[in-house]
Amino acid sequence: MKSLIGWGAKPVDSHVNEKTDQQWSLFRKLMLGLTPGQYLGQALRNPFNWILGIIFAIGLPLIAYRFIFGLSVVTHGSNDYPWGLFLGFGLFAMVPLSASGFMLGTAVEIFGRHDFEPIERLALLNGLLGYLFAVIYLLVDLGQPWRLPYPMVVSFGPAAVLFLVAWHVATYLSVQVAEVSVSFFEWIGWLGGKRFIRRIALGLTVSGIILSTLHQGALGALFNYAPGKVHPLWYSASFQWIHFFCSSIPAGLCMVIAVSTVVKKTMAWRCDDNFKDNLDRCTLGLAKGASLALITYLAIKMIGVAHDNEWGYLATGWGAWFLFEMVVGVILPIILFAYAVRHQAVNLARVGAFVTIFGIVLNRLNTALIAFNWQLYQEVPHIFEVIIAVTIFAIYVVVYRFILYRLPIIFSWKEQPQEALAAQAARPAPIKTSTAPIGAMYRKID
Amino acid sequence: MSGISRRRFLAASLAGCAATTLAGPKKALAAGSFEGYPDGMGVLVDLTRCIGCRSCEAACNKEQNLPAPDRPFDDKSVFDETFHGGKQKRRPDENAYTVVNRYSPDDSDRPLYRKVQCNHCNEPACLSSCFVNAYTKTKEGAVVYNSKVCVGCRNCMVACPFNIPGYSYSSAFDPVVKKCIFCHETRLKKGLPPACVDVCPQEALTFGKRKDLIKIGHQRIQTHPGRYLDHLYGEKELGGTSWMYLSPVAFDEVGFDPNPGNEPIINNVKDFLGTVPMVLAIWPAMFTGFHLLAKKKEHDEHNHDVEKQHDEEGGDQ
Ligand code: SF4
Ligand code: SF4
Ligand code: SF4
Repeated sequence: MKSLIGWGAKPVDSHVNEKTDQQWSLFRKLMLGLTPGQYLGQALRNPFNWILGIIFAIGLPLIAYRFIFGLSVVTHGSNDYPWGLFLGFGLFAMVPLSASGFMLGTAVEIFGRHDFEPIERLALLNGLLGYLFAVIYLLVDLGQPWRLPYPMVVSFGPAAVLFLVAWHVATYLSVQVAEVSVSFFEWIGWLGGKRFIRRIALGLTVSGIILSTLHQGALGALFNYAPGKVHPLWYSASFQWIHFFCSSIPAGLCMVIAVSTVVKKTMAWRCDDNFKDNLDRCTLGLAKGASLALITYLAIKMIGVAHDNEWGYLATGWGAWFLFEMVVGVILPIILFAYAVRHQAVNLARVGAFVTIFGIVLNRLNTALIAFNWQLYQEVPHIFEVIIAVTIFAIYVVVYRFILYRLPIIFSWKEQPQEALAAQAARPAPIKTSTAPIGAMYRKID
Repeated sequence: MSGISRRRFLAASLAGCAATTLAGPKKALAAGSFEGYPDGMGVLVDLTRCIGCRSCEAACNKEQNLPAPDRPFDDKSVFDETFHGGKQKRRPDENAYTVVNRYSPDDSDRPLYRKVQCNHCNEPACLSSCFVNAYTKTKEGAVVYNSKVCVGCRNCMVACPFNIPGYSYSSAFDPVVKKCIFCHETRLKKGLPPACVDVCPQEALTFGKRKDLIKIGHQRIQTHPGRYLDHLYGEKELGGTSWMYLSPVAFDEVGFDPNPGNEPIINNVKDFLGTVPMVLAIWPAMFTGFHLLAKKKEHDEHNHDVEKQHDEEGGDQ
């Protein structure tokens, strides 16, 4: 794409083709304003696509294989380790990494931190896609995936924590769809829908906070069903849900830093100046937030150990592993962030974000797989299980990129003058203050 | 913020969590002091009587129409099988609802055998963890499973403190959880003892009302103080189970979790479930409050120098 831009192609960021003064058709918008030939050409030139192609060539047949012959052919599906990599990584790690939507929503909409607006949409999208793919991982893992709606419509088990998770993830997913739909409405040029979402933005944000608190915590509380199975260092009778909730905060924030870093490196052509110029400042702000959350997390982790008096375990091999997780996954990023914020070293903050993500993923894998059944034996995932997990992650990346290329997430949509005027006229005055943050570009038009 | 938008906010957040409000209160009440099942049946397993003949395995296999095993039921060599580097003995799975294992405890001159199957807990973890209510504790005391609604999340397997439920992983289109169902449909409902109890040549298994079995168990301990450990495993463990065990040696020597506690598993999640209505009640008001505060502050700042303020706040969170 970069080279095409070099030759004079211009990525779509408004309804009107500047060269011809004609409205872009939906098809051409999908093609990023290129002709099909150009589009295919640039896609084939990208070496990353070749890697993806190889992953899909191996992984997609394996996914089909799983659905035809059952879980046992692609996993070590065992009665002692009912949950493998699909849930250990796909659900338990993807969900905290997608806490970004409600984090940034809260910062911008609730606390009025409009300085984070340039990155808010990316955070919302990150949240939506992360949850969506957590559900997709779940579908691959469920024995009877076609019954996924059962807890909603057929048979209720309201006393179960998983019931909470199911309901909350489902409702939160729709909240996130609504939040992200603003960009979509801009892209297709339907201002009515956009206005409606802006009107309920605060309500969406607050329900997002509620639902997130509860289901992030509920994922941790799931392990409270298995007090004897999870190693005591990763289990806390009273605080398990708080540990999971609290660690989802740095996870979500760092995921935004990580994704924006990748975006800036790999699709700079798609970012507008508002995004590029503010990214470093936002990154440091997020890093600061993440480090505070990590310090809190470290403190409550220690309280967890002290509360159940598990100091003795620290001297064992499991203790060493626990300390590794804490030192590398929590303390190291705290130091990195502290240094980075102090010296405005943005790239160091980015390193810290990747380290934090590693730490959170490690924590979830530890709780769900590695330290699970610690007295029994160690489960090693099937190679096919790993390949399928990687394949789904690759699909996630592709969908992520597909959306970032098109919808105004990291760039603003240039409204046509009459549309902007119509929007302005239709906007009731009192809404303005409460929902202005949803569309940064509106303020520009103002 | 005007009255109108506040109402809108309320409506939106209510819609957002209507589902959870419905689910909230019931849950919090689900646990609590629990009387048990007065007419519940049970089985008393006496490890001193079991000779490891595996007839119970065979009877169960027949009663439940399970596939024929690789090795016949009179093959004693299965007792030498261990798995995962010797860390695990045989366990029930999709092809066997019960297995008998052999142990060689230090303080016993002869090997001991123990039959493993679902213990039919009074407050089953499998039941309380299931989000589609696939499990039922029947009035006869059996914990049965409804494959028609099971989604296959396998949370019950994570939750069961005895590692009992097995799963038919090899089925692509109708995988189900498989575990001992106390012969509920074919026998228990009619007042008959389960197949495994019926067949046991040693009377190692005693079928009866759970509350009578508790008496019998303690009587046996009293009459033969040297023979049994003074502990009826399952009487109180994890809120009590329908199947209970008498052993001559410490229970961890015959593969039991020696100290699972007397609290039912559901008590572990009660704390969390209790916070749910709290979060639902407090969060909306609290965060709307924050929002109004932030608005107020911002408004004041607008009167001064917005841009400057934003710049200063830049790296501030
Ligand atoms: S032993 Fe396990 S499977 Fe059986 S009732 Fe208890 S929790 Fe459920
Ligand atoms: S009670 Fe019935 S299902 Fe359970 S182990 Fe005995 S024979 Fe098998
Ligand atoms: S049938 Fe009775 S004696 Fe034989 S293995 Fe089973 S419980 Fe033991």
